[in-house]
Amino acid sequence: MRNFVQKTAQLTFLIAALFAFVASDQNARFQTLGHKVMCICGCNQVLLECNHVGCTYSDRMRGELASYVDRGDSDDLTLQAFVQKYGPTVLIAPTTTGFNRVAWVMPYLVLVLGLTTVVLIVRSWRTRPQVIAAGGVGRAGNAELEHYREQARKDTEV
Amino acid sequence: MSQIGSFALLLALVLSAYSFLAGLVALTRKGAGAERLGETARRAGIATFAMVFLAALVLVIAAFQDDFSIAYIFHHSNRDLPGAYKFATLWSGQEGSLLFWSLLLATYGLVLRLRYKTDSRLFAHASVIIAAVQVFFLLLLNFAAHPFAVMQGTLPQDGNGLNPLLQYPEMVIHPPMLYLGYVGFTVPFAFALAALIMRYPGEKWIQITRRWSMVTWGFLTCGVFLGAHWAYSVLGWGGYWGWDPVENASLMPWLTGTAFLHSVMMQEKRGMLKTWNMWLIFATFLLSIFGTFLTRSGVVSSVHAFAQSSIGDWFVGFLAITFAVCLFFYVKNRSHLRSEHKLESLVSRESSFLFNNLLLLVACFTVLWGTLFPVLSEWVQGNKVTVGPPFFNRVNVPVALLLLLLTAVGPLLAWRKTSIESLRRNFLWPALSAIAVGAVLIVVGIRPWKDITYLYSLMTIMLSALVGFTVISEFARGGRVIKGHTGQSLFASMVQLAHRNTRRYGGYIVHFGVIVIMIGFAGAAFNRDKEQEMGYGDKMSLGAYTLVCRSYTQEDKPNYSSEWAIIDVFKGGKQIETLYPERRFYKASQQMATMVANRSTFKEDLYLVYEGLNQDTGRPILKVHLNPLVMWIWVGVWIMIAGTVVALIPNAVAVRVTAPARIQAAPVGAGD
Repeated sequence: MRNFVQKTAQLTFLIAALFAFVASDQNARFQTLGHKVMCICGCNQVLLECNHVGCTYSDRMRGELASYVDRGDSDDLTLQAFVQKYGPTVLIAPTTTGFNRVAWVMPYLVLVLGLTTVVLIVRSWRTRPQVIAAGGVGRAGNAELEHYREQARKDTEV
Repeated sequence: MSQIGSFALLLALVLSAYSFLAGLVALTRKGAGAERLGETARRAGIATFAMVFLAALVLVIAAFQDDFSIAYIFHHSNRDLPGAYKFATLWSGQEGSLLFWSLLLATYGLVLRLRYKTDSRLFAHASVIIAAVQVFFLLLLNFAAHPFAVMQGTLPQDGNGLNPLLQYPEMVIHPPMLYLGYVGFTVPFAFALAALIMRYPGEKWIQITRRWSMVTWGFLTCGVFLGAHWAYSVLGWGGYWGWDPVENASLMPWLTGTAFLHSVMMQEKRGMLKTWNMWLIFATFLLSIFGTFLTRSGVVSSVHAFAQSSIGDWFVGFLAITFAVCLFFYVKNRSHLRSEHKLESLVSRESSFLFNNLLLLVACFTVLWGTLFPVLSEWVQGNKVTVGPPFFNRVNVPVALLLLLLTAVGPLLAWRKTSIESLRRNFLWPALSAIAVGAVLIVVGIRPWKDITYLYSLMTIMLSALVGFTVISEFARGGRVIKGHTGQSLFASMVQLAHRNTRRYGGYIVHFGVIVIMIGFAGAAFNRDKEQEMGYGDKMSLGAYTLVCRSYTQEDKPNYSSEWAIIDVFKGGKQIETLYPERRFYKASQQMATMVANRSTFKEDLYLVYEGLNQDTGRPILKVHLNPLVMWIWVGVWIMIAGTVVALIPNAVAVRVTAPARIQAAPVGAGD
């Protein structure tokens, strides 16, 4: 009998712990997914951050999100359900499929191109001879220019 | 009243058009006649200021007199609006804010035209360019967005009122600061274009516009962060930056302006990057105009954009013409912009500026790209997509970290060339100290391996520490040299050091402000929040705080009615404060607004939002955010402003007693 009570208690604890874990996991998923979706009331805010009193969308959308999460739908399926219902603008960032991929690639592409350009510029500077300023303005011959250079030196040296 | 304003605006347009055309003719001719014509153009420019000022004054007076016969006043004011907000009506709507823009431009133009004797020919060119920009804004005001349009039909008894989100003290100063920044970049732009048109020798235009650029950048910095503080205090979502298109519009010229302030030193000191600097200032001006276009054209949706209108087409036209003019003169006179020196080493101050500029421009491009991608997507795919914070953060956070690293390394590099040995010697202790900071943070509980945001946060704080240590070591090293000569205390020596070279050490103070802000940003990784219905006596716990709802109350005021919660805050079982989160209902506009209650400390903000009543239960809902280190951001901004002010103070040149040999003996090549 004592053994039965002990096993029942252990099982109860295990089930409770499992429920707590699942609930906490579901809450975490709700929070994560709720930050991947926009409120579509026009506030331009993340769904879980929309704080408009009387907002006719956010409460309903939160309810829908909670039901998807409770039902055990995957993240992709949940987000897809929102896209089908509210359109692609409901997602907080472009997907990584189709033309939307361009959104993610471009900044890195620009960074790489920029780096390449800087390296090429530096290499060309290091190899080419010094150029005298156009318009015949030689450094040594232009007192005014030297005056301003001197001013710059004073401004920037100890 | 409206007739006086309309007449003043029309006269301002005529005067600015004359200033532009007569100035242009005078510049293309020679002789006493051309000089006289140029002088009349200058005076017409000054008179333009008088007329635009009169128009703005009339609009403000109309707001104070509740003159609802003027449509703008009807739409943006009401009888019970407090005086400060009636004054702010001037920039609260589309037409008024364009008038305010025009007024600021006219004021900058006035200062420039009064100081023309510095270099009359260069100033005359710049004056014509400013007059051209002024003509554009006055055309808009007269024909597309007239602030003195009159109401048709029966005169209304009261106005629609000011947008509730704008009825907050910071909104009285945030837009002027931002506009002073936006408009201010017109001046260095005008000088840059003038110098290019004239094939002006040397870097004199940069010397002349240095203070303009810094003051303008300082205003823009204030404006951007005042906007962030306003969003934090009013919008009630617990954050200060949401990558909204309007926020992005203000950030873009700030980024290119920051790049310009750095790279321009290469031109001043080494005669390099002339083309780059020219285009940077062109880009900064164009982005300022582009930002105005974004907020007024309706091409992107935003919380605080102005109403959609047709003036977007005007801006597109102006941007296209401006770009074409810049490109034309660049192609025509590009030989004038050749570098005078070559880069001698990759490990040099010049290289660090190049990479600094690259990163700032990549950040700017990312912001621009993310802001416009929804439009591009609609054009290509037929449907808009949302580009929100995850996109901007994913690209810009690593870029910001790299910038922090450069901010740390840059000051340790000498112009032309730095030996690795010198770099190692100067970098060793700051680097070790930063690593120690990182180790301490891991010991106290930051787990960078658990989440990428924790990793970014840790790296931000470590790199900020690195920058801080290098800045301190720079001050200490210079201070010790002066102390050796004068026998003063180290602190007094450092003050003297900063006074001797305000630009360099003011710049370091700005860098110090930046790292304080970055530490504040790093705290966002550890934000927490909780939402709960709170009846009388109900409790809620978050972090070390326990909140107890004492009561709810209501109040009726002429301009709005409000309801708020009275929340006692306990920490460690002891009551530390009572907070009053509030919601207001503005009667004229029939709109709600949040007034956040915030207990701010250096460690964290306890940020309370009263969200209103639950529709089902009728019980009040309270949302509580615990946001670490937010106060650091606002403190950092003050430090940045202080640094900018220091950099604007003239150097104490008379006490230049330091022996050059002594300075050269210092381990790092001098220069900023």
